[in-house]
Amino acid sequence: MENMIGARALMVALEKEGVKEVFGLPGGANLPMYDELYKSNIRHILARHEQSAAHMADGYGRVSRKPGVCFATSGPGSTNLITGIATAQADSAPMVAITGQVPVKMIGRDAFQESDIIGMSNPCVKYAFQPRDPSEIPEVVKKGFYIASTGRPGPVLLDIPKDVQQNEGKMTFPHEFKIRGYHPWTDPDIANIEKAIDMLLSSEKPIILSGGGVIISSTFPELQSIAEMLMIPVVTTFKGKGSFPENHPLSLGPIGMHGHAEANKLMVEADCVLAIGTRFSDRSIGTFEEFEKRLKIIHMDVDPAEIGKNQTTSIAVVGDLQASLRIMVKMLMKKAIKQTEENKWIKHVKEVKQYWRENLKLPKGEMTAAKILRKLREVLPKEAITTTEVGQHQMWASLFFDVIHPGTFFSSTGLGTMGWGFPAAIGAKVARPDVPVVDIAGEGSFNMTENSLATSVLEDIPVIVFLVNNSSLGMVAQWQRTFYDRRMIGIDLKNCPDYVKIAESYGAQGIRAQSLDELGRAIKAGLKSDVTTVIDIPIDPDDDVLPFVAPGTPLKDMILPS
Amino acid sequence: MLTIISILVENKPGILWKVTNMFRSRNFNIESISVGVTVDPEFSRMTITTKGDEKYVQQIVKQLDKMIDTVEVRRLDEHKTVYRELILFKIKVSKASDSMEINKLASAYGAKVHDAKKDSIMVELTATPDQINAFEELAKPYGIIETARTGVAALQRSGA
Repeated sequence: MENMIGARALMVALEKEGVKEVFGLPGGANLPMYDELYKSNIRHILARHEQSAAHMADGYGRVSRKPGVCFATSGPGSTNLITGIATAQADSAPMVAITGQVPVKMIGRDAFQESDIIGMSNPCVKYAFQPRDPSEIPEVVKKGFYIASTGRPGPVLLDIPKDVQQNEGKMTFPHEFKIRGYHPWTDPDIANIEKAIDMLLSSEKPIILSGGGVIISSTFPELQSIAEMLMIPVVTTFKGKGSFPENHPLSLGPIGMHGHAEANKLMVEADCVLAIGTRFSDRSIGTFEEFEKRLKIIHMDVDPAEIGKNQTTSIAVVGDLQASLRIMVKMLMKKAIKQTEENKWIKHVKEVKQYWRENLKLPKGEMTAAKILRKLREVLPKEAITTTEVGQHQMWASLFFDVIHPGTFFSSTGLGTMGWGFPAAIGAKVARPDVPVVDIAGEGSFNMTENSLATSVLEDIPVIVFLVNNSSLGMVAQWQRTFYDRRMIGIDLKNCPDYVKIAESYGAQGIRAQSLDELGRAIKAGLKSDVTTVIDIPIDPDDDVLPFVAPGTPLKDMILPS
Repeated sequence: MLTIISILVENKPGILWKVTNMFRSRNFNIESISVGVTVDPEFSRMTITTKGDEKYVQQIVKQLDKMIDTVEVRRLDEHKTVYRELILFKIKVSKASDSMEINKLASAYGAKVHDAKKDSIMVELTATPDQINAFEELAKPYGIIETARTGVAALQRSGA
């Protein structure tokens, strides 16, 4: 047992968790933490807005699969974090957010910069702690990291009153602890895995739907083995994009609102789906009723509450995905199941895939979404990490940017937070400084957190912003064109600001690319650059993302380019 | 159908709020709720009743189970459970015979009579929600001035 102040104990506890970097902003109520951060070996990366600090921690967490840590002060500092925390919660990303709070005696008195962040954040955290005595801090940190990173990961909030940071306490740093109501692991359900195999083998048109859970649990080789042994085509959700190599012959790409035509077409034809690590989001499956009416659903997930939430399932396999899929692979090997024969379904799948890959009508012109994203794929190393913002560019990336290395593509898919991609890319680069990181962005989204350019330049965290610039809030514009009879309002960004100049003013590299050749050179320049590069790529503002499944309609009613 | 859910939670501030907030944010509805500390002061027991189809109730139970502050979540079978609710009625007395009739009604339901006044009478009834509703129907003609109701408390029978 040692005597030390709460803030010191916090740093010791973070170091014990292996934390090397934190993203944050100081303020009145977290100054004692910052004073101890100053004395610690932990690197502080200064964000210019707390929301960005949270997104950076989120990007770091998704890539490293360890909780990213962000700091903010009380009041507005903590409320600014909320969008970032909610984004992490919606996409099950591990995060530990640490906020300062007014002193214990001031809580509830509407003190300066007091906010009830425990109350406000409740629906969007996995758990929240507010230690009231300094000696609670070591255990709270330990539990926080454990909760954030186990089972279905998510954000944990530690809200620490200023006096709890400042006062001394007797500190014990526990190795063991118990959380009575938290059981993140259940043993894989062997009986149901066996049943699932039988069901897949007895189906005529089976398909695998791979979700974000496969990426979170890094279960790529197992998924690939299962698909290859059973010869089952793989579609993904958007969050599961890149959980299966998109250049694989069995890969059909994402389904959903802006899924690949072949993926949606074949999903509709399938008679049995092996759904792995997905919550059957409305954006992925169109309408719930239509989906479950015609399909036998095998659902594997770590979170028991996901079973039956959106879809009624035939067989549920609850448990850690990696453990479950490994058992499935072993069973298949034991049964010596290897479907090498080209069956009728697989032949049909290949025909449909080839047809749509060759015949999907794309807009003409040189600088179209399809062409610029394929150019990016061509130039970018396969191991590079990509993030996206939210909007048309995101869905174009889904359609035209193939992820070859599993687990290198990340996006705000659940909450759909514009402004996520750039700070998340910075966090990703901190986690993986050895690989290039590219934020596939739209200018509407980038505008929301572009001040993170300061962080990336001053903290020497170079990334590439691939700015698909149609000078409008393009997805909103597309909906106004499609559903509101072209009554266009609130979408024209009028080429303001100039992103090359914005980049330069922060000391980053700004390049405008107006042809595919220029674009290729710009990407190469970005890959070589020591500073962040913003590549501004003007495109036609009237282009729609197609195919398109209108909200609330089934996948079969997909609108195709005419 | 009435569903009774018994939840053992950590006896810490804010847990009741978190549980009810989960009901709100997930669009579930609470029919009645009662909370009290258990023999072990580290825990409280919450008894929540709700109405809905099987899928709805299953989701409630799963979402409750998922909460880190809930130690044990059990759905109680009403046939294997003792469940009771306490209600206080203040009933109007308009004429002399009312008082006698209300006393009779109370004794038929095993209710206790308190605070019998010239123009009102208070009745305490501990019973199942169905019995309480039946009593309420019978008392209505006299005029119910006000009521206070506790929500259901429930425990599973031994060996059930």
